[in-house]
Amino acid sequence: MIGVQAWLDDPSVTIVLIGALVGVAASLLGTFLVLRRESMLSDAISHSVLLGIVAVYLLTGSLDGPLHVVGAAVAGLATVVLTDLLVRSRRVKQDAAIGLVFPALFAAAVLLINVYAREVHLDTDAVLLGEIAFAWLDVVRVGDLVVARSLATMLVIAAANLAFVVLLYKELKLATFDPALAIALGLRPALIGYALLGLLSVTAVGAFDAVGAILFVAFVIVPPAAAYLLTDRLWRMLAYGSAIAIASSVIGYALARAFDVSIGGSMASTTGGFLLLALAFGPKYGLIAQALRRRAPQPPPGVDRGAPPGVDRGAPPGVDRGAPPGVGRGAPPGVDRGAPPGVDRGAPPGVDRGAPPGLGAAAGGGRT
Amino acid sequence: MELLALLGDFTVRSVALGAALVGVVAGALGSFALLRRQSLLGDTLSHAALPGITLGFLVAGSRALTPILLGALVSGALAALFVLLLTRATRLKDDAALGVALSLFFAVGTVLLTYVQRHAGAAQAGLDAFLFGQAAAVLPTDLTLIGGVGAVALLTLTLLWKEFKAVAFDPDFARSLGLPVLALEVVLTLLIAVAVVIGLQLVGVILMVALIVAPAAAARQWTRRLEGMVWLAAAFGAVSGVVGALASASVRGLATGPVIVLAASALVAASLLVAPERGLLWHAARSWGQRRALGSHRVLVDLLRLGQDHRDPAYASEQGMLDTYFGGPTGHVLRRLRRRGLVERVEHMPEEGAHWVLTPAGQSQARALQAPFGDREPSAGREGPGEAA
Repeated sequence: MIGVQAWLDDPSVTIVLIGALVGVAASLLGTFLVLRRESMLSDAISHSVLLGIVAVYLLTGSLDGPLHVVGAAVAGLATVVLTDLLVRSRRVKQDAAIGLVFPALFAAAVLLINVYAREVHLDTDAVLLGEIAFAWLDVVRVGDLVVARSLATMLVIAAANLAFVVLLYKELKLATFDPALAIALGLRPALIGYALLGLLSVTAVGAFDAVGAILFVAFVIVPPAAAYLLTDRLWRMLAYGSAIAIASSVIGYALARAFDVSIGGSMASTTGGFLLLALAFGPKYGLIAQALRRRAPQPPPGVDRGAPPGVDRGAPPGVDRGAPPGVGRGAPPGVDRGAPPGVDRGAPPGVDRGAPPGLGAAAGGGRT
Repeated sequence: MELLALLGDFTVRSVALGAALVGVVAGALGSFALLRRQSLLGDTLSHAALPGITLGFLVAGSRALTPILLGALVSGALAALFVLLLTRATRLKDDAALGVALSLFFAVGTVLLTYVQRHAGAAQAGLDAFLFGQAAAVLPTDLTLIGGVGAVALLTLTLLWKEFKAVAFDPDFARSLGLPVLALEVVLTLLIAVAVVIGLQLVGVILMVALIVAPAAAARQWTRRLEGMVWLAAAFGAVSGVVGALASASVRGLATGPVIVLAASALVAASLLVAPERGLLWHAARSWGQRRALGSHRVLVDLLRLGQDHRDPAYASEQGMLDTYFGGPTGHVLRRLRRRGLVERVEHMPEEGAHWVLTPAGQSQARALQAPFGDREPSAGREGPGEAA
């Protein structure tokens, strides 16, 4: 026990642990957000959670406690519900609805701080950057141990998220990849979605002090996005995402100490480093792997064998093969490829809520 | 009184002018972002401006606006390219790509910002005004720059109007016309980035997305035509900008950005409610009126058919029977019809309860209603009208 306490008394350990817990808690939920094509909701939620915090502060005068969790969850879910209502009114599209709701809530929160809470430790810089560097100053007693308050909070939240994902693994998976089947089987994918976003709001509050509103988004989206480039299996995606989050916390802290910069920002930037690595070297979806596949013109075995060489050549291109060798063939079976190759619009399809989420994902990552 | 005094102040006036201009540019170009479903690209562009702002500051060594805005534009463009790379070359969807670019560029930006704050001494003061916008930090020379760049952006928009319109509504059609669609899309995205960048000082990187999306979304409710939408969005943007600048100038310490955003959001809410045709209140009123008219029509036709089935145009129908056909109480509908002189209440001894007959006017109106569905012979052998209901 003494050994653990000595360990916890080291600010570096506390900071790294908080960062790792924020990262794991966020990326566990973020995995499903990325697969459900709702990543930007995390951006919206992490902004509007501030309104919940400010409202609870103005009502109760305190900056932490259980009411904060409730206020944040309410604010987060209000964002989601308002966005849904706007989309359902069919007056604005989903992307615009998100872009309308959260700035309004966030602006209201910032103004409330400006007007009523100027003297409080709730200044707008902290909102953006977090105060993880001072997290170890604020401690609570847990049993025999003295633990940083943020650390204890994040431990509880991360455990709750892990329990949510483990206990509802099958339900989450089905609701993510095949909502129609989930409904047919009597599950409530919409309810599961709301539970996911409610937990995300709570996580955002917990992470708020540590890394700030916007860097939290990096922890939600980037590790799962990197993991998505590395694997087709859901559980591996969850594991890789968590591993990347933990590694980013350790490396990011070291970098922040070395260059004397924002710790939260450095940790979040490090997740980006992992994303770039996955983007370049991913075994199947990495750019290098893609380029190599394109370079190597070997057609899939069993197709070419029967055809005598030369006949193939003589035949008008695109009769039996459809695509010139090395263009479509080598590409991963990823259904994503099937998306209109059209240089059509900058935004690929799938902005729509209505489309079943993760068709591509379902083909690639849905099977275990 | 105070407002007049404020408007008399040269600084306030020029800041309000600058904010109006930013609103005009953001509203006009935001219309295209909205129509192309790229609203959240504005969010990514504005957050991604942060590293460029600090780098521009580091390179120039001072808080001069030109290098800062140039840096913001470059890092915004890089973020847009990054989004393009992620969506085209990997299986990440655009939501994830936008979120990744937004959070990573912002993270790098905070790292650079803290680096500057801890290493550059006092010269960096006011750099974090870019987070939420501070009208007080705007200098007259800044306004000239904002105005000049904004004017160039608007001029480009005017010159390429037809091309942009085609690209926004139907890229395939534009391509079939031989337009360089990809190049036009790049230019349009760049212009949106310009609109974001010149607003950064007033609105801030966090909330600039709202000035792109909100005026356009509000304007969209009022018109179906692109011309009208762009003009209206520009006007809404200008109003929001001026309101924000004045409020920020009159209340000490009030950040400009949030006020501008709330003003724009209020315009959106009002437009969603009261805009003719698309407004939700209009919609509710219209569907209420239609439901009412449908009720009257059904009761009139029921009465007519009962009369036809009994070969007696003046047949007195029992209200209970009408209720059954109608599937609910008809009392209020019948009273409304009586006020319009279409039905009359009669006693039908020895039965009790209300009975109703069509007046001649009611008969002709009911026949007119029935006509489109074909006249039924009185003895068609059907049991009664409206049984399907």
